[in-house]
Amino acid sequence: MCDQTFLAITFGPCDNCSQNKPLMNIYLKNEPINYCSLCVELMACQGLAKGETIHTLKAESETLKTKLEEERAKLHDVELHQVAEKIEALGQFVMKTRRTLKGHGNKVLCVDWCRDKRRIVSSSQDGKVIVWDAYTTNKEHAVTMPCTWVMACAYAPSGCAVACGGLDNKCSVYPLSLDKNENLAAKKKSVAMHTNYLSSCSFTNSDMQILTSSGDGTCALWDVESGQLLQSFHGHSADVLSLNLAPSETGNTFVSGGCDKKANVWDMRSGQNVQSFETHESDINSVKYYPSGDAFATGSDDATCRLYDLRADREVAIYSKESIIFGASSVDFSLSGRLLFAGYNDYTINVWDVLKGTRVAILFGHENRVSTVRVSPDGTAFCSGSWDNTLRIWA
Amino acid sequence: MTINTLSQDGVQRQQMPCLTKMERMIISMQDPDMGIKLRNQRLLITVIPHAMTGLDIVEWLIKKCSISDEEALHVGQLFVKYGYIYPLKEPRNLILKADDSSYRFQTPYYWMSTRWPASELDYAIYLAKKNIRKQGELIEYEKECYNALHKRINHTWDFVVMQAREQLRASKQRRKGDRIVLECQEQAYWLVNRPPVSPEHYKLTTLTKNTIAITYCAVKYNQIFFLSCLFFLARNRVKSSICLESYVKYCEQYQPHDPIMQGCLPSNPWITDDIMFWNMNSETVALPTKLRVERWSFSFMELLNDQMGRKEFLTYLEKEFSAENLCFWQACEDVRHGETAKIPEKVDEVYKQFLAPGASRWVNIDSKTMEKTLEGLKRPHRFVLDDAQMHIYFLMKKDSYPRYLKSELYKNLLARAIVPQETKKSVFPFMRRQRHSSPSPALATQTAEDDGKAKYSNSNSGTASRL
Repeated sequence: MCDQTFLAITFGPCDNCSQNKPLMNIYLKNEPINYCSLCVELMACQGLAKGETIHTLKAESETLKTKLEEERAKLHDVELHQVAEKIEALGQFVMKTRRTLKGHGNKVLCVDWCRDKRRIVSSSQDGKVIVWDAYTTNKEHAVTMPCTWVMACAYAPSGCAVACGGLDNKCSVYPLSLDKNENLAAKKKSVAMHTNYLSSCSFTNSDMQILTSSGDGTCALWDVESGQLLQSFHGHSADVLSLNLAPSETGNTFVSGGCDKKANVWDMRSGQNVQSFETHESDINSVKYYPSGDAFATGSDDATCRLYDLRADREVAIYSKESIIFGASSVDFSLSGRLLFAGYNDYTINVWDVLKGTRVAILFGHENRVSTVRVSPDGTAFCSGSWDNTLRIWA
Repeated sequence: MTINTLSQDGVQRQQMPCLTKMERMIISMQDPDMGIKLRNQRLLITVIPHAMTGLDIVEWLIKKCSISDEEALHVGQLFVKYGYIYPLKEPRNLILKADDSSYRFQTPYYWMSTRWPASELDYAIYLAKKNIRKQGELIEYEKECYNALHKRINHTWDFVVMQAREQLRASKQRRKGDRIVLECQEQAYWLVNRPPVSPEHYKLTTLTKNTIAITYCAVKYNQIFFLSCLFFLARNRVKSSICLESYVKYCEQYQPHDPIMQGCLPSNPWITDDIMFWNMNSETVALPTKLRVERWSFSFMELLNDQMGRKEFLTYLEKEFSAENLCFWQACEDVRHGETAKIPEKVDEVYKQFLAPGASRWVNIDSKTMEKTLEGLKRPHRFVLDDAQMHIYFLMKKDSYPRYLKSELYKNLLARAIVPQETKKSVFPFMRRQRHSSPSPALATQTAEDDGKAKYSNSNSGTASRL
């Protein structure tokens, strides 16, 4: 693992408000300054300087973007599939549905695995969030949310709680009780508040913090106990649809993808956007880190999945095929990172060889859009959720 | 966010890339040289020109995209579903059959991308035409739609009927073959856009993703982006060849550990219904598997992420009298990821145990970092221990960890570690093993909370439903 994944962060008095906070490193008139995220935002909101118009501002941004692409191209000396030529191709690939979980009354929108490798939580359009023991296919808990379209759900690392949210613009945490008579909804804790729908949520390394992304274009980090907003992340110009935490040693960054076709990498402490990639031709529906943390994959409505390297700072592979016409809604890597599982809106799941860039298998079975694909924590299987109201475990 | 009841804009935005791709393929299908061979098809007593069989379509797709039969059928089916190809014999059955059933290409005028949205007025005129042309030609759901429309747009009904009559009269002047083709095209269009059951691409209540117009401020966004760009440009980049090689190495190293790629011993629980694999790799097992112990040598993070590995490492550090490093690191993690309210007291504990002069488990940090940390402790916050934590982390990673891997403790464990036997395949392959349930993780904390009340569910039954 390369040490470049570490971000040196300054913590100290902001040059503007003098408060002790994690500082963003930005340049003003080519001079580096240290502002906290709040002051950066305020400065940005101050409007245009004298002589500036929105057009000049946009033009400046465009020149910078072009310059950035030129810089990125300079160190690009080889393509991934060239490097992968010496590797053996993968043989025949057979994966079957091993379990089908039926019980949702409407489209399944999101799925997450528990760290015990066999339980999952799933959420659906009908407002129900169900915790299953996927191995026995038993339902263990069910929560009825006060809203429909529960687009996000996550299992807490301890396995004792689940977080979910959707059209209610909130993220709520429900502790899982084993008392049959207890109404889980009674102990619910409202954690996050956004101004638009919640698209994705994830616990950080503990049960105490939650990272959320929303249709209001922002991501946010919350303290579960108090519901306090710890950090917000601004930089997307449209709905943010997905986020994923980096499996890095210091656990300080995450990547988000949105309807503005951008994938942004953020520092969780300062709120700074540290890297940005814009090569997709349509909305990015899903982002997922490569297991080593040095790259991430995206799935988009333009029917392609792409791999971006964080150290090379560029897109390094595109996974597409002429016969794949519909968008990819969800992606995930196998444990070694050699395989990329992608669920598509044409009801299929395609399995890609990450290194060679070829498609290894196509899995049929769902009778409607595949909305979510997640590999289990120990890599023994993956779970797919679909608009056909079912979940399938494949191995 | 809006769940629009007539989410034309939103759906169109989502659909457009797909429709463009489909149309490109359709056009190449109709290419005179490389496309599908079209022929005349006899339908009852009339001859329909430019028709093809379902098999033609599937075979063309197989050749063009290098895919299997199953996939070609699946892709072809999409074209029929979205109205780019329509069946001649059974027009109401929008299915592609890989046999000699006849199909035709829909005229671009009726393509989904060009004719969106299909208005109520147009539909009313179409149904009226059908009704006038031949009484009783409307089927059940069409009759219902017709009556509903009659009620809804009653004020323009005269116009509807007049238009219908005009169009019928104009069509009578065409050649029979042309007339039938046009009727087929129109019918196919309406079957796709007004089916008996609303298709998902047309569903009225669809979730739409909106480009937020209200809260998004162009100036602010561009300012922030501009500032970020300067930061992006200043980044140190690494050559692609180095980065890409690392993936090859990573995949190679982890392949034996990837159950989907290489299987797992004794067997994959999802496939054989045998949970030995999970039991043998649990946190509290007496002797770990060889693969597991080997994995600790891949990176320091792998060792720390495994509870058993962490314990083993702690034992080793205790022998070396540097166990306080790992304990300090763990305490810092607890501060970083714990409750905000408890941070001051936790930081204080850490100071007392690890950083104070003469502390019982004093950690050896360089003076500069120590000074900075102690200064920061005056106003404790979540990240105040970050620098010190990182210093100790690197100390362990660069020094203790490599020595641990060379130590007797590790080597012994590796030698004793188990390589599980592959589960023999069942004599009766179709007989399913009983699937045992496992205690819920939520149970662990609950029993810790209820002092003496043992609430153990029967962990060997097949059903433990709490709904």
